[in-house]
Amino acid sequence: MTAASAPPMIRVAGVDKFFGPLHVLKNVQLEVPKGQVVVVLGPSGSGKSTLCRTINRLEPIDSGVIEVDGQPLPAEGKELARLRADVGMVFQSFNLFAHKTIVENVMLAPVKVRKTPAAEARKTAMELLERVGIANQAEKFPAQLSGGQQQRAAIARALAMKPKVMLFDEPTSALDPEMVQEVLDVMTGLAKDGMTMLVVTHEMGFARKAADRVIFMSDGEVVEDSTPEEFFSAPKSNRAKDFLGKILTH
Amino acid sequence: MSVLTNNLDLFLRLFGQTLQLFAISAVLSLVLGTFLAALRVSPVPVFRGIGTLYVTVLRNTPLTLVFVFFVFAYPLLEILRIDNYVAAVVSLSLYTAAFVCEVVRSGINTVPVGQAEASRALGLTFVQMLGNVVLPQALRSVVPPMTSTMIALLKNTTVASGFAVVQAGNIRESLSEQGENVLLGLLWVALGFVILVMPLTYAQQVFEKRWSVAR
Repeated sequence: MTAASAPPMIRVAGVDKFFGPLHVLKNVQLEVPKGQVVVVLGPSGSGKSTLCRTINRLEPIDSGVIEVDGQPLPAEGKELARLRADVGMVFQSFNLFAHKTIVENVMLAPVKVRKTPAAEARKTAMELLERVGIANQAEKFPAQLSGGQQQRAAIARALAMKPKVMLFDEPTSALDPEMVQEVLDVMTGLAKDGMTMLVVTHEMGFARKAADRVIFMSDGEVVEDSTPEEFFSAPKSNRAKDFLGKILTH
Repeated sequence: MSVLTNNLDLFLRLFGQTLQLFAISAVLSLVLGTFLAALRVSPVPVFRGIGTLYVTVLRNTPLTLVFVFFVFAYPLLEILRIDNYVAAVVSLSLYTAAFVCEVVRSGINTVPVGQAEASRALGLTFVQMLGNVVLPQALRSVVPPMTSTMIALLKNTTVASGFAVVQAGNIRESLSEQGENVLLGLLWVALGFVILVMPLTYAQQVFEKRWSVAR
């Protein structure tokens, strides 16, 4: 494949998903080109987290196509594991491995999946922990860290796999307010370094500052797809106006 | 006391047999039971079905019946000849594995689903996820019920007496042949089992303590 015809990093086309009778994703279309930072906004229950989780197939879809870097998502198995190794994911609840130290958390996947020698993996892990500002916490267990530190460790863990794209599923929603900024700073840094990112969040400040594009979802549909300036100053749909009215007034 | 001192040899030899039968069956049932638990939580429906079927068939089937099958019925199938000792090991292991499976599976269920999701998102395979993330965390909640299962196995070894596999369960017969006081002898056998259970209980405490720190 030549650079000129490079496929988008993420392509979501005609995706539908149901939870029982509930239609959570309705014919969703979305393309994220390489290097772009896309923020997904929307009220709770709008399907934005589900969309994020379908991209590495933590949630299987009922119909439609999802491609990562031009490759359709394979069915559960070794091939899917290989693809997931290239897609970093950060969860709302951190999900650090509770029985391993912070540095072991960051090393595990490179050693087991990429077969990196342990010494080299540890060196890279320490560099990443340095980058997210918690190198001094490397030998502690996750439960001994604050929420903000845990989430930064989780970002380092995802980065250790040198992913092509990073998915963030409400990374700051479980944090105490004073810890939100330290995580957003790390994410902003990543965005500046050219990482392709899909970020589901409620942080409007981050959307304004770091996003190239804002997707607004409501009731399982992509309602708006525009630049942050456009979205925040002149939303087109009533649903977006209503949503912004609710969050910007308090 | 003389019942014991006069027959110390017999007691030691047969309790040794009990320990051997227990140790082999314990290892085999732990391995098989953990494998079955992995089947029962695997993403492949067929594997889950096999695991469920196994547990349904073997759990709470009377152990004597399992013995009867492997000692009397199985040889008629003329697959691979096994002696009574092997039949006893197979019966005890297969029977106990069903319980081990359920103990391990309930341990797996105590590990938050996010741990498995994070492993999958990083590209770990199912086996890597189980071995590196889920099972190590499941272990700590598994220790008490697993100890109970192992103690039950230890005592279940006496069922082998009925099938010409000699161990502590046969002490009574030997004593009775020698005209010793059988009831007193049985008390000593019971005490022997209590003594054998003690290290298991101790191991439980050690493991509980060790694994409770690592979180």
